Amino acid sequence: MTQLLHELERRARTRPWDVDALLAQHVFPVVEGRNVTFVYRGEAEHVRLQHWIHGLQSAQPLTRIAGTNLWALTIDLPEGSRMEYKLEVEQYGHKRLVQDPLNPHLARDPYGANSVAYGAGYAPPEWTLFDAESRQGELVDHWIQSDFLGKRPFQVYLPARFRRTRRYPLLIAHDGADYVRFAGLKTVLDNLIHRLEIPPLVVALIQSPDRLREYAADDRHARFLVHELVPLLENEYPLVGKPSGRALMGASFGAVASLHAAWKHPHFFDLLALQSGSFVFTDIGDHQRGPLFDPVVKWVNEFRKAPGRPSERLYVSCGKYESLIYNRSLVPLLQGTGMQVHFSEAPDGHNWENWRDRLREGLSTLFPGPLWLVYE
Amino acid sequence: MAPRSKVVLLGPQRLHPTLNLAVDALGVHGRIAAITAGWEEREGEDQELSAHLGGRTINLRLWERAADVSARDPELLRGWRARIDAQREIHEIYKLRLGHEMECARELLRREMQDPTRELVLAECEGAIEAVRQLDAFHLKRTRAVHDEFMELWRPHERESVARHRREIAAILREVECLCVAGGHVARLVDHLRLFGIFGLMPEMPVVAWSAGSMALAERIVLFHDSPPQGPGNAEVFEVGIGLYHGVIPLPHAAKRLKLDDPLRVRLMARRFRPAFCAVLDPKTRLDWNGRRWRGETGTLRLCEDGKLAEVNAA
Repeated sequence: MTQLLHELERRARTRPWDVDALLAQHVFPVVEGRNVTFVYRGEAEHVRLQHWIHGLQSAQPLTRIAGTNLWALTIDLPEGSRMEYKLEVEQYGHKRLVQDPLNPHLARDPYGANSVAYGAGYAPPEWTLFDAESRQGELVDHWIQSDFLGKRPFQVYLPARFRRTRRYPLLIAHDGADYVRFAGLKTVLDNLIHRLEIPPLVVALIQSPDRLREYAADDRHARFLVHELVPLLENEYPLVGKPSGRALMGASFGAVASLHAAWKHPHFFDLLALQSGSFVFTDIGDHQRGPLFDPVVKWVNEFRKAPGRPSERLYVSCGKYESLIYNRSLVPLLQGTGMQVHFSEAPDGHNWENWRDRLREGLSTLFPGPLWLVYE
Repeated sequence: MAPRSKVVLLGPQRLHPTLNLAVDALGVHGRIAAITAGWEEREGEDQELSAHLGGRTINLRLWERAADVSARDPELLRGWRARIDAQREIHEIYKLRLGHEMECARELLRREMQDPTRELVLAECEGAIEAVRQLDAFHLKRTRAVHDEFMELWRPHERESVARHRREIAAILREVECLCVAGGHVARLVDHLRLFGIFGLMPEMPVVAWSAGSMALAERIVLFHDSPPQGPGNAEVFEVGIGLYHGVIPLPHAAKRLKLDDPLRVRLMARRFRPAFCAVLDPKTRLDWNGRRWRGETGTLRLCEDGKLAEVNAA
């Protein structure tokens, strides 16, 4: 039992009126080495920690401290980890998922927000935070009329000090608006460019209204990228205009869309950043992931049989707390094609802040900046 | 290049400009030549710099002149590119060797710091650092040979494509009292300074430089970053510099680029480059060279062999 729990129990027994003061002295969950202690205060029949860590029991019960409405659970969380979670509070037979009232840290995503626990030694990387010294890039609104996907808006990030007399590399980010909202992509780009860790680049932030279909190894989407979006961008902006200056990036289904588009159109995009790709395959039997995964599995199986050499340099990342096997097993296959593959595993899950925290490594792998040569 | 008698090195100027104070302290009242070729295609965007110096700057426009040379003299351009390719290849090989040497030096220095009384380790550590120094010296010799060969083979200063610009530059330099050299891309900057042989054209006058400008004017250009996104962050000797002054390895933006609170890294860098001292050139710092010795403004620090930082003037 941790020191905190001892003290909580003691105080609940001897000075119950003073428990709130003790809670107020701590930031929850309380981290003591690898022990992370969650506390909930409130009437309930059961309280559980819901954390989505692949491989662990996903709803772990908190234990009531006898004679109180305090509930607690200590888990082992390796150093440097990030864990998103909610508390499942059950009362009168009714279960509801709530953010941890004692934890101020939230991680947002398109579905709302989760509480987030930081393991010992974890802090959001400073390059993800706004830096007043970094020159600010600009987001420009666009739309495109696609024969394949219909009319849709997108945004383009232009780096600070953008000028038309220079040629820029192009990065196309799937779920780009989500990358900006939930992974701080614009701030990260501003910071990394300012710090010379990546060169100034143009980033197309595309967003699909139906990503689970369009990003699921859909040929229409690949054709949209190659035959419509890139030509429009290369016409509109001063871009390098060669495979070596074109990159695709995506997370989850966005990673599938990226690798699939590169595979369907080899040597068009030399650079790929694939984060927590949903590269589900079946060597035997059914995938049991539901019908939305059918086209993904069909294509990944096909890709595994004949990967070819669609690109040149890849950054592949995955959380250790998600279904790592699909990405981990893909790496030797990708390396076997002769492509340069940088693979990174992090103690985190399938979420936007994991993808945010890997952006420095991923972007600088694809686009090494002039860090060593420029001193302004 | 024989050292000049008046060189001032400043910290980065973007957020805390002190250039005007330095120029005033030098007693410069007339026009000032500016080199902003390190800014590459933004070379001409020097309005802030000019305003800061009261509108009395003349930009030597070396970037623009080099583009003109490239357009007029494709033969020289080919030779120029071949030199850069050769230098790049030599540098890649140097980095390969450096990685191993530095790993060894760092590990032995770690052991030395754990037990400074173990003479056996002390000798090995000194030997490992000496091996890095020898590799740096060898690399410097190789890059110097590439330059010498290029100059010998192509004689750029004698070619009309370059000579016409040199005449114009020389005329400008006769009209000014001071030269300031801004930062930016250090390889481009030193290339352009060399292409036009700027310091061979310049009468005796003070030179004020900052960031990559201060690095380009040194005897050797040392690139550095302790925590790059990839790699171990080994400082690299890039190539020979202009050699306008002696005895200092300038480290602009040191607080951001170096782990100055890591005694091992500080110690290793100080020992690797001695007898030159590694100067922390952060904003508001200043170093003055009078042709023989250095004087640092209060607050201008150097890396010490004990792993700490000390005022330059305390040396």
